[in-house]
This record gives sequence, C-alpha cells and structure tokens, in this order.
Amino acid sequence: MDLLDFARGPGMQYALFVFVFGILWRLVGVLLLATKPDLSEPRRPACWKGMRMVLSRFWPRREFLQRTLATEALGYTFHIGFLVVLVFFLPHLLFLEDVFKRLIGTNLHGLIGVSWPYLSGGVIMVVGAVTVAALIALLVHRVTSPVKRLISNFDDYFSWLVTVAPLITGMMAYAHVWRPYPTVLALHLLSVELLLVWFPFGKLMHALTIFAVRAATGMAFERKGAAL
Amino acid sequence: MSATDVDTVHPLELEQPRFSVKKPEVRHDRQGDTPDAQRVERAMRNFVRDFGRTAALYMEACVHCGMCAEACHFYVATGKPEYTPIWKIEPFKQAYKREYGPFAFFFRLLNLKSKVTVGQLQEWQELLYDSCTMCGRCSLICPAGIDISSLVALARHGMCEAGLVPHELWAVAERAQRQGSPLGATPKVFKERIEWLADEHEIDIALDKPEADVLCTLSSIEIMKYPQSIVATAKIMNHLGLAWTFRSDGYEATNFGMLAGNAEWQKDMSMKLIEAAVACGARTLVLPECGHAYGALRWQGANVYGRPLPFQVMHISEFLAQQVEQGRLKLKPLAKSATYHDPCQVSRRGGATAAARTVLQALGVELREMTPGADANWCCGGGGGVVTIHRADALRYKVFQLKMEQIERTQAEVPVTACSNCRQTFDDGQQHFHWDKTMHSLLELVAGNLEPT
Repeated sequence: MDLLDFARGPGMQYALFVFVFGILWRLVGVLLLATKPDLSEPRRPACWKGMRMVLSRFWPRREFLQRTLATEALGYTFHIGFLVVLVFFLPHLLFLEDVFKRLIGTNLHGLIGVSWPYLSGGVIMVVGAVTVAALIALLVHRVTSPVKRLISNFDDYFSWLVTVAPLITGMMAYAHVWRPYPTVLALHLLSVELLLVWFPFGKLMHALTIFAVRAATGMAFERKGAAL
Repeated sequence: MSATDVDTVHPLELEQPRFSVKKPEVRHDRQGDTPDAQRVERAMRNFVRDFGRTAALYMEACVHCGMCAEACHFYVATGKPEYTPIWKIEPFKQAYKREYGPFAFFFRLLNLKSKVTVGQLQEWQELLYDSCTMCGRCSLICPAGIDISSLVALARHGMCEAGLVPHELWAVAERAQRQGSPLGATPKVFKERIEWLADEHEIDIALDKPEADVLCTLSSIEIMKYPQSIVATAKIMNHLGLAWTFRSDGYEATNFGMLAGNAEWQKDMSMKLIEAAVACGARTLVLPECGHAYGALRWQGANVYGRPLPFQVMHISEFLAQQVEQGRLKLKPLAKSATYHDPCQVSRRGGATAAARTVLQALGVELREMTPGADANWCCGGGGGVVTIHRADALRYKVFQLKMEQIERTQAEVPVTACSNCRQTFDDGQQHFHWDKTMHSLLELVAGNLEPT
C-alpha cells in the first residue's frame, strides 16, 4: 500500500473514527453534567427566547465594534473562505457525494433532487489564497498583540496549523507545483485527516460548542431580563 | 489572623470618602495555616463544586480571540494584557482541563496542562479580586457567549476556600458574618441610628413591626455614610401610605460573603433577610441602592434558600418605577439635566435598566445618556469588593478616569445612580481628582421631590 492508498483508505477511516467518537465523548462528557434548577422568579418567563443569542452573537454590539473590527473582519474572511473552498470545489463535492452514497445509499443529488453548485478551480484558488492570507494575518496578530500572545497556548498554534495545512496542500495539488501529484494529493488527504483527528481535542470544537454556550447563556440572561 | 485581630489590628476607617478597613501596615492576604498543596486542592474542588453543564461548556468554548479585553475597563484603562477577563480564570481553566474535563486523561498524558501551584493562585489573587468588579461587560462581548463574570464568581469560591482572599475584603466579609454588617452597623448601631434620624428629621421610621406588607432593607454604606437614604426611604414609604418596616433582624442587604467567595457566609447573610421577610409576612422585600445586593437576593436568594421565595424582591429603583407607573407616586419636576450611571448588577446583569429611567422621566429631568450607556455603560471600578482594597486604589483611579470622561462628555448637571457602593466610589474618585461633580442618589432625589397628593 502506498501513501495515497493509506490516506484514501485506512487513514481516512481512522481519522473519521477519532473525529466522530472524540466529538461524542467530549460533548456527552459535558452535556451529561447535572444543572441545578434556577429557583429565582423569572422576570421573563419565556426563557427560550434568549436563544436568539445564538444568532445575535455572530456580530458584536455597536459599542464594541470599533475595538474589535479587525478581528471580526479577518475571522469572517477565513471562516467563510474555508467553507467556500470546502463545499464549492468540485473534487470536494465528489468526495462528499461518495461519502453520502456509502452512508445512506444515495448521493446528494438523489436526496435533495438538485445538483449542488460549484465554483471553478480558478475562483477556488483565489478564495483559498485570501483565506490563507487571513489566517496568516490572524497568526501575526496572535503573536504581536500582547493580549492574544499572553492567552495563547499550544492548542491555538496547533489548531492554526491543522487549519491552514489542508488549504496549502490543496492549493499545491491543484496548481501542480510539486510532483509527483499522487504524493501531493496524499499529503492533502493526510492534512485533512490531521485536522479531523485534532478537532475533538482542541479549540476547533467551538464549531459545535459555541451554539450550546450561546443558547445556555442567552436563556439564563433572558430569565433575568439582562442584556444579551 | 483571628477574628478579634480584625477588630483591633485593623479597625474600620469611616472618616474617608471610601469606607473600608484602615490601610493595613502588614498585609494578610492568606488566611489560615493550611498547607499549600491542600490550598490548591480546596481551591479547585470548590471551583467545580457548583459546576453545572453550563460552566463546563464555558470551559470548553473559549477560542482565545481576546475580544473580552476590549470590553474590560481594567484593560482599556491600562493596556495591560493580564487584565484580559478570560485570563483571570486561567489557573482554573488549566485545572479543569487537567483534572475534570472529558479529556483530562489526555491533557495529563501529554502534559499539555501543568499542575496549578499555590504560587500561581497567589499571583492570580490580584486578577480575581483587585482588577475585576464582575461587571459583566466581558460577558456581553464574548462571541462564544461565555459568561466570564460568573466564572470569576466561581473562581472566588475556590480562592476563598483556599484562604487566599485579599486582606481587606476578607476582613469586611468576616466582620459582616460575625457582627451582621461589614462596616460596624450592628443591630444596636442600626437601632440607634434610626432613633437619632427619626428625632433629627421629625419623621416616623418604622422599625421591627411584627407585620408589614413591605420590608425595606439597607446597605451598611447607607447606614454609616449616607444615613439620609434611610430618611428618604421612610419619607417615600410613609408618603405612599404603605404598611412597611425595617427589621433589626434583617436589614443588611450587602453580601460580602458573596463578594469574597464564601458560599456559606453568603447563605447566612441572605437567610437573615429572607427570615425577616417571612417573619413579618412581607409580600415585597425592597432592596436598597446597592448593586450586588440585587444580584445576591433577587437572582441568587431563592437558590440559597432552596425553594422559591415566598415574597417578591425588588430593587428600590424598580419599586419606585412601579409606583410611578401605577400612578401612586407623583413627583415635582426637577428642571435640570441629568445622566444616569448604571449599577452593573442592577442594569446589565440584573435586567432592571429601564426602571431608573422611568423614575428620572417622572422627575422631569432632561436625561443625557452616557456613551456607551445603559446596558453597555462603564462600571465605576469599585464593584465586586474592589473599592475596599487599598492595594487596588491606583488601578481603580485609572479606571475611574474612563467614568469621569464619560460623564463630562454628557455635560449633564446632575450625575445620578442607584447604588451606594458606586456612590462612595464616585466620592472617593471625586476627592482624589478634585473633580467638581458629585454623584447623587436616585432615591434621595425622589424623596426630595415628592408631590403631595
């Protein structure tokens, strides 16, 4: 078995296993903890309305915007860029279709009845480059800003690395800047597998936890009528 | 330091604009003689003791974006990165990941998080007490939705159990537990004050009525420093013709047990108020102009009591607003411009932001809001027990400059607040900076402008 076979086969299977069970372990470990009921008389009985914080915290309050705009702008650029590259690049779509087909016996087209749109490789390369640039700017900010440098740890830098690696290896594979191609493709797949394996252990988990956190805080604050 | 030492070696200082214990010649920032290893263990055990699902989720969700620093007055005023709110709980985050989280074994195995030491906790005392008022501005900015302020409260539980509370805050909290008041307003002193004030102002001040619909409570800052607030409360309650009373078995609404992080003392202090209200059959307990008293009883009271409270709890500003809205309280217009300083625990954290504004509207003032204002208003810098700590004075004055600038920009004639702790922080800042603005009490403004019906 060569490197590409491993990356495509057992490598991907092991990575997905760690990814799925790691996420479950971490989520269940936290969500199964008991929560004491709040016995105070609620100011607003419909606490569930506080769940609007799940959406409202996507953007800071007006009062805070000026001081956080740079972080917001760079953060959004790389998150959106990453997502676009992930789901609007044809080879990725074919890969996901294949996964769907194996899991549920039909591809996405069969499931939702329409084809998923995709962007040309050239556009994806530009988006990828912008995404990498935003990630580099964020890393520079992390090491130069006294606040971020102080509060950062291994997780922050390693999570950055496993996020940027699939982007760079992917762009290398597409641009054929390094040969042989199968080795570059294998590296790309291995970098994705590294991301999947690290995901449950570090801060990448925020992709799932922030929604639960915002909902919990939002409901607790809504009960008091406190500012969301 | 033993209990009696607190009184003799560190007497109260009640002549300065800020009431606390006198500046200690030698600081005692460690209580008891517990061995170091046990201190760390106790700190962590008590940090996680009240740890529910939500707090654990908070530990998991931070991405170290650093935005919380931008909301913190201590960081904004100094630019020092250690004042970044989430950093203030770093040893507790570290211990959680290493000892309690779902991947604790993984963090220990790879030694990704080292063991917390007592030296680290001592270093963090300044961050958890001197430079955090638990004002909750950081909780408002966090994109992950982490309520950082509540984590600081949990960390203080740990610090208190480990015997690592700043000297003055421990001294006033201990005094409050032992004497019933952090500032010497014992039941005897309280009764004498009421008698003197009733005589001096020729007013009926209801005390220890066996039955009452409304139980009024006070902050010891009011009793000792602003006794006119007691007169104002009586004047308004009498004006409204209510069956009301103060009770000498439950008058002190401040809760330094909560601020120091002592859950047991917090409960004892809250229970006095709850039992006094139950004893006189009160339907409403009115909390004084005090921010943290509101958080302690309105939002945590039922939880320490173990069941829903059999009466309604209102902050005085809410009570006044309700009377205005129901048409029972008419006020003479105060033809001035005013700006309102929001006590964090009442407005941002407590949800009663609108109440004071309803009252100010009834007073006919031209309200000039600060920028940022209302829910996003800057804290005065004295909350959370910070104002008691001499070591924190220089830092607190830096933070107070943000507040002064805000108020100056409004060009309002009268600054008003509804928290006596904020008020004494303003008095202290005013003296320090030779500022020409004096903070006013909403309650006293109302009492001075009652419209006869």
